[in-house]
Amino acid sequence: MDLDFDLAAESPKLIQLVIGVVAFLAVVGLVLLLLDRAPMRSRARLHAAILLAPAVVLLAVGLVIPAVRTTLLSFMSGDGTAFVGLDNYAWMFTQPEAVTVLRNTLVWVVLVPLLVTAIGLVYAVIVDRARFESLAKSLLFLPMAISFVGAGIIWKFVYAYRPEGVDQIGLLNQVVVWLGGEPRQWLLDPPLNTLFLIVVMVWIQAGFATVVLSAAIKGIPADIVEAAKLDGAGAAQMFFRVTLPSIRPAVIVVLVTQSIGTLKLFDIVRTMTGGQFDTSVIANEMYNQAFRYGETGKGAALAVFLFVLVTPIVIYQIRSRRALR
Amino acid sequence: MTTAPARVRARLSSRTASLAALLIALLWTTPTVGLLLSSFRPEDQIKTTGWWTFFSAPVLTLENYQEVLFGTSSSSGQLASFLLNSIVITIPSVLFPLAFAAFAAYALAWLPFRGRDWIYIGIFALQVVPLQMALVPLLSFFSEGVEVFGLQLMPAWNLEGTGRFVQVWCAHTCFALPLGVFLLHNFMSELPHELMEAARVDGATHGTIFRRIVLPLVAPALASFAIFQFLWVWNDLLVGLIFGGGTAESAPMTVRLAQMAGTKGNEWQRLTAGAFVSVIIPLVVFLSMQRYFVRGLLAGSVKG
Repeated sequence: MDLDFDLAAESPKLIQLVIGVVAFLAVVGLVLLLLDRAPMRSRARLHAAILLAPAVVLLAVGLVIPAVRTTLLSFMSGDGTAFVGLDNYAWMFTQPEAVTVLRNTLVWVVLVPLLVTAIGLVYAVIVDRARFESLAKSLLFLPMAISFVGAGIIWKFVYAYRPEGVDQIGLLNQVVVWLGGEPRQWLLDPPLNTLFLIVVMVWIQAGFATVVLSAAIKGIPADIVEAAKLDGAGAAQMFFRVTLPSIRPAVIVVLVTQSIGTLKLFDIVRTMTGGQFDTSVIANEMYNQAFRYGETGKGAALAVFLFVLVTPIVIYQIRSRRALR
Repeated sequence: MTTAPARVRARLSSRTASLAALLIALLWTTPTVGLLLSSFRPEDQIKTTGWWTFFSAPVLTLENYQEVLFGTSSSSGQLASFLLNSIVITIPSVLFPLAFAAFAAYALAWLPFRGRDWIYIGIFALQVVPLQMALVPLLSFFSEGVEVFGLQLMPAWNLEGTGRFVQVWCAHTCFALPLGVFLLHNFMSELPHELMEAARVDGATHGTIFRRIVLPLVAPALASFAIFQFLWVWNDLLVGLIFGGGTAESAPMTVRLAQMAGTKGNEWQRLTAGAFVSVIIPLVVFLSMQRYFVRGLLAGSVKG
């Protein structure tokens, strides 16, 4: 095998990194210098302008103006030259391939938050005050640090397929064979393949739910728990009458956060199926239309639709976050 | 006191509960363990037998890692190069938003000026905008510049090769700011008023107050935002894919891994080793700074 890593060939990258860090120091230094030079007696407006300038300029150029342009592009043809009215939106809601994408997204956004919350809640309740609580929670939490791409590969390996009669290398098919079934290509057959992708997302996010809900459970006042126990409440009663109502705000936060994350999901689908075999979702289709097929208008329409879906959830999230404080 | 049957029931249910917890924990760790173990197995074994058979004939090798990191054939990963790209992308993409968000949050929390609330609400509201809304125009901004009614206001940046890193830094910084400003503003606005007044009476400038008083006090918040941003950038695929190009010159590791999973989906010896290389760095950072991460999480800092 030929091994080689040419450090000299890689050095431009390191130079670029140094340039970036120096630029960073220069900008920060400049802001602080201007701030010190601006006389303290002058009005706060000047100081505020100096401090806010970098963030406001970047947000305007990088987010606000592009978002407005995307909205305009969604009414234009694929190459962005002709005005086509609502054609792109009509395509999105009528053409079979686009409707499949919307349907998949719906399945994702219903299942992922529910499963994540349910598993996280059950697990948090079970391991609460158990002997190995922090270790047990860490195990579930670790996938949070893994990239969706990495998780996609981990699970693609679990789903790996070898024809019948040959040794299986994927765990799932091996389990199926052990149970006397036939190995299958889990990621190829719609509509079940979407469910197998959803498993990956749930696997990543359940730890998040566990941590947030576990913190909420620990916050339940001890006297309430004691009182319920004295009244002879069983485990089930305890859960539904005491625990669940007390941590309701935290449950909502988890549900809402997961819905937003799921709506924007891209990496898992992209890594595991590339959106083929009827598994595409809005964010993945948006990428395909805008950056692979050159259908900027359709991509923009999908992005706008995503924005419309996310907005009410984020507003609701902000409200419920405030309730949690 | 509880009756005997109730006690038996309680013990039984606690046993089923422990069993359920164990089952979940197993389900959650097994896939990762399988990948890790496989990445050290010889190629022919990975491709023919399951990793659970490893214990009957244990053979370990580092060959997969050598090949995926340093192999020169185009079909090998060349992952070392992409790993370096990920580092070059991540460091400035964490530093810039951290500093700019801290500046803005300080101004919005402690400087009395007209329109302050409106600017805060504006930045806050931008959390709603999915980055998908910005991708196409931002990319054309870099590649074509700004032209209004035939008038070239800004020339195209025409970034090539390693210059593409600048695009990625800019994009990540823009997308991180709404959450960063929101998070740091939350912490900064809770600092005691008397402290600021006292410093101002002593004649401290805003620069001094910011550096000497505010930054040390909000250090935990800075740390948790930094970890979030680090994990986000390191694990990101979409921004890297669009702004970093697809080559070893400037694309991050996630882009390469996604390519490999697509085109060489059955080269498991490379995929397993490659995936583990990409996973190990965030995992170490995460484990060593978990405290700050959880604190940030509970403070509601989840990026969309």
